[in-house]
Amino acid sequence: MRIGFTLNGGEVAVDALPMARLLDVLREDLRVTGTKEGCGEGECGACTVLIDGRAVNACLVPVVQVQGAAVTTVEGLAAPEGRLHPVQAAFLTHGGAQCGICTPGFLVAAAELLAHTPRPTRPQVREALAGNLCRCTGYQKIVDAVVEALATEAGA
Amino acid sequence: MITSHAPVHCPADLAEALALRAAHPEAMPLAGGTDVMVFVESGTLSPPAFLNLWGLAELRGVQADGDGLRLGALCTYTELEADARVQATAPALVEAARTVGAKQIQNRGTLAGNVANASPAGDSLPVLLALDAEVEVASVRGTRRIPMDALYTGYRKLALAPDELITAICLPARHPADVQYYRKVGTRLAQAISKVMLGGRLRIEGGVVTEARVAFGSVAAFPVRARTVEAALVGRPVDAAAADLVGADIKPIDDIRSTATYRLEVARRILQGWLAAVAAEGASSSR
Amino acid sequence: MLIGQDLIRADGPAKVTGQARYVDDVRPDGCLYGFTVRSPWAHARIDGIELDPDFDWTDITVCTAADIPGENVVALMTDDQPVLADGVVRHVAEPVALVAGPDRDRALAASHHVRVAYTPLTPLMDPEVSAGNAHRIFRDDNVYSRITVEHGEAERVLAETDTVITGTYRVGLQEQLYIEPQGMMAIPRADGGVTLFGSMQCPYYIVKALKRVLGHDDLNVVQAVTGGGFGGKEEYPSIVAAHAAVLALKAGRPVKLIYRRDDDLRATTKRHPAIMHYRVAVDRATGKLQAAHVKLLFDGGAYNTLSPVVNSRAVLHALGPYACPHVKVEGLMVATNTPPNGAFRGFGAPQVMFAAERHMDRIARELGRSPLELRRLNLYQDGDVTPSGQRLVDVGATQVLELALKEAEAGLPASGVPDRAGGGGAAARVAPGRGVAIAWHGCGFTGNGEAALKGQADVAIEGDRVVIYTASTDIGQGTDTIFPAIVAEVLGISVDRVANADHDTATVPDSGPTVASRTAMVVGGVVKQAAEKLLAALQAEVGAEGAFDDLLAQRKSAAPLRVRAQYRDDLGLVWDPATYRGDAYPTYGWACVIVDVDVDLDTGEVLYRRLVSATDVGKALNPVLCTGQLEGGALQGLGYATCEEVVLDDQGGMRNNRLTNYIIPTALDAPEMVTALVEIPFSGGPFGAKGIGEIPHDVPAAAVAQAIEAACGAVLDRLPMTPERVLAALQES
Repeated sequence: MRIGFTLNGGEVAVDALPMARLLDVLREDLRVTGTKEGCGEGECGACTVLIDGRAVNACLVPVVQVQGAAVTTVEGLAAPEGRLHPVQAAFLTHGGAQCGICTPGFLVAAAELLAHTPRPTRPQVREALAGNLCRCTGYQKIVDAVVEALATEAGA
Repeated sequence: MITSHAPVHCPADLAEALALRAAHPEAMPLAGGTDVMVFVESGTLSPPAFLNLWGLAELRGVQADGDGLRLGALCTYTELEADARVQATAPALVEAARTVGAKQIQNRGTLAGNVANASPAGDSLPVLLALDAEVEVASVRGTRRIPMDALYTGYRKLALAPDELITAICLPARHPADVQYYRKVGTRLAQAISKVMLGGRLRIEGGVVTEARVAFGSVAAFPVRARTVEAALVGRPVDAAAADLVGADIKPIDDIRSTATYRLEVARRILQGWLAAVAAEGASSSR
Repeated sequence: MLIGQDLIRADGPAKVTGQARYVDDVRPDGCLYGFTVRSPWAHARIDGIELDPDFDWTDITVCTAADIPGENVVALMTDDQPVLADGVVRHVAEPVALVAGPDRDRALAASHHVRVAYTPLTPLMDPEVSAGNAHRIFRDDNVYSRITVEHGEAERVLAETDTVITGTYRVGLQEQLYIEPQGMMAIPRADGGVTLFGSMQCPYYIVKALKRVLGHDDLNVVQAVTGGGFGGKEEYPSIVAAHAAVLALKAGRPVKLIYRRDDDLRATTKRHPAIMHYRVAVDRATGKLQAAHVKLLFDGGAYNTLSPVVNSRAVLHALGPYACPHVKVEGLMVATNTPPNGAFRGFGAPQVMFAAERHMDRIARELGRSPLELRRLNLYQDGDVTPSGQRLVDVGATQVLELALKEAEAGLPASGVPDRAGGGGAAARVAPGRGVAIAWHGCGFTGNGEAALKGQADVAIEGDRVVIYTASTDIGQGTDTIFPAIVAEVLGISVDRVANADHDTATVPDSGPTVASRTAMVVGGVVKQAAEKLLAALQAEVGAEGAFDDLLAQRKSAAPLRVRAQYRDDLGLVWDPATYRGDAYPTYGWACVIVDVDVDLDTGEVLYRRLVSATDVGKALNPVLCTGQLEGGALQGLGYATCEEVVLDDQGGMRNNRLTNYIIPTALDAPEMVTALVEIPFSGGPFGAKGIGEIPHDVPAAAVAQAIEAACGAVLDRLPMTPERVLAALQES
């Protein structure tokens, strides 16, 4: 089945089984591999992408359902000229990434939060990121990155 | 990964969806996919076809339904959490929605999907029972409403005809004398399957309970009302001791997430805790 | 000064933009996907392996033990574990056959059509009856390791002392749960050799293992960006690599073997479960420990892996950071027909330190003293002697305790505690409690392990850049950032001119494995030495002294200048592995963890509010990376405490082998953390640094147990402290 959608601002079209997971279409068909697989059952959040601005698990979305939709992956967070999204920059300075396998999912989930809640509190950040599992950081520096660096940015 | 090779029917509108449903009752309806995709990936479900409802505009949104609300079958948890009318009518349902998976699931999963999946641990189901919600189902033959209380007939079995689809969840208006409650005891604070859930509603008029709904999840083959407890509560001031009767209403089991002993004891305790809190609240406000 | 700065991690930009390449992100042309056929039985005879004649095998490669070109052995400590079971299986999920196909679905489908005929045999599942059992799993007695550490006359003093307090403590399995599952790719090279590329901690372990499996040494191992390890990718990747290589050589094409999460959870190594008996004599008047006899029993599973070393670390840490003049610790590691257990952050120490700290709480309870007071009375001080007879210097135990207590006084930040959806609101009945626990952790290998290993590192001038060659992998902990900072510091140049070479065994020397809290402390020291050597070599070459860049400008040759350094044993450690006497570790880290919890009195749930820690790290080479590791380890410790439970079926198979049911903490479950550092420099580490990788996991669980007891009186001596167990203990208390 031919399925067309917008990926990180550009139009793409793929021939895929309609029930193919969006995750596999991104990684295997389009070779856009920033989106990771950690569990395949919507628990770990490593495959988080935005569909029409909402964070979802790409392992749980059949590609037939993204026909005509706008998909954003970690590769699409930075500005076209390469300037990092504030949350990407904050992850660098605050140590939000360690092994990095969960990082793309966290960044996408955080980007959704910040789009709807520009100055989130720590509990709001924790609730918004609770669908992303990290085993390296204990989450402290991830929450720091999302809250504090953006507060600084907004105040600057 | 296991990719289903099954065909997917993609109706353009509800009428076509119902016609397809009638023609292909074996096709698995697909809304947000957050449950179905897990079953497919793990190999536990391999239906011969799917019926993709995701594009149906008729099934979206929240509408007034008399004094109550009609939540379209594609209404996601995130949408209902943000809806001021749902917040006012069913605060316990909003609370329950916030405990479903985490943000990514709430953004994609639907309330109707939770109802259709019919898991004993479906997070919203005890609240829907407690609120006397109704499930609107449609087929080429017409539309009808099934009370939540009559929806489940066995483990993951629904009282739907093979040609019927869930089209909405309907919530009655909130009575001013009602208090609602939701409690989820899960394996952790997010991304948790529940061990025990309690959905409750008490109507207290003149210091006396005039209507009681006490529903539990994860303690039986499907979410159930605790009718013995309900009966004991009605007709008198709120009495937390009614919680001790819960053993007559639920028969939990051991599984990999918890034990029957724990579930029964915790069901009793959280119900007792809620009733005691309501009683204390009533006592202080009547002073 | 670059050391002590929060330099941004070298791999950070690639990781935040999705450009970092993990093994599954790479797909060479013609790559096949592998899958492993595993035993459904704990113990069975294999009567035959047949391929379903009704399945289309045309594009599928199948391998069994008969296809292994060299020896059917996973070379590690002993040669007991086969690459593929041959004739008999000794644990559930043991690899029996391999398949590879053009895509994952085909490989998975094919695996269901490999028909293995088994005759099930009675398994031995209980470690308490394993040693000497007639049912033989390992050698003639099922004992992987038996170690006794003895100092003084423990038995005599115990017999003569009035107050002897006994307790038994149990801990279950714990999964490392790296978020990237195990994965390896084998690529046959045109020259007849094979390249292994994948997720790993220890490239040279794989070289050592595959030489035997392939029967030749024409292979190189390259680390891909690795999505977490925690010990789980120390020894296990040798098996994945062997499987990928055997398939790739038979197929003549690259083969990628990426574990599904359910497969990873069922098959791979976990933290050893243990049953730990403590008997401690104490002076009631002074509260001082007099003598201790500790018996530890660990379940190693069906193959040896690294279990003897786990037992070793366990016996050496079994008393916790407390002085006791007469000690006898006996550690026993046995075999059962369960999946083999292996390396996991802490390596035996988290098990025994839970027991040791809980036993201190028990002693305090029976003496009517506060747990904190009892600890203060007995904490190691400079000059105290450990059970192995090591005289301690620069002990940081008291410092970390007092600093943590001071930090904890600041009170709880109300803003940090989430409003809990579905938590019952005002109707929930909770009780707050605080627990304090203290850890010590030997840094690096035991005894003179480093002197025997002689880890190496190269540093080279290549153009105007400096390149570091080590086999030490960055698995998230930040080694690839730390090493360039060390070299740049020594050479006095900007850190962005220093790079790490790929961790490819074709080009890097054997620096030893990335384990045991040794990489920054030990290999970092070798790297520092290499940088100093490079400066000297450059000075010699140009015949002048001066700043690195001035010398570089004077250099006539454009050829790379590369030097090698090797671990130098100038600590003068004295250690006898036969008697377990002497200097067990080059130095020790010290840590105090204070946990504030709310115990839900109706449900037994333990909710974390805050975790304060203070840790002696010697020197924080990069504070953000350092505290990041400490925080991550602390949360793994909290998971160990209350939610991480491996539920086994009657064959020893993991029933909850999905992330839905093996429960690790989310951001909502995790507490706010305050992470304080103490820096007591270690002369043997670069710039004073000590190993920090493991110590944060050691005592969070003990602190939680004490906090639960403080909150509601429930006494728990078993991990994990699930709500079910807490509620039961609450009903008993």
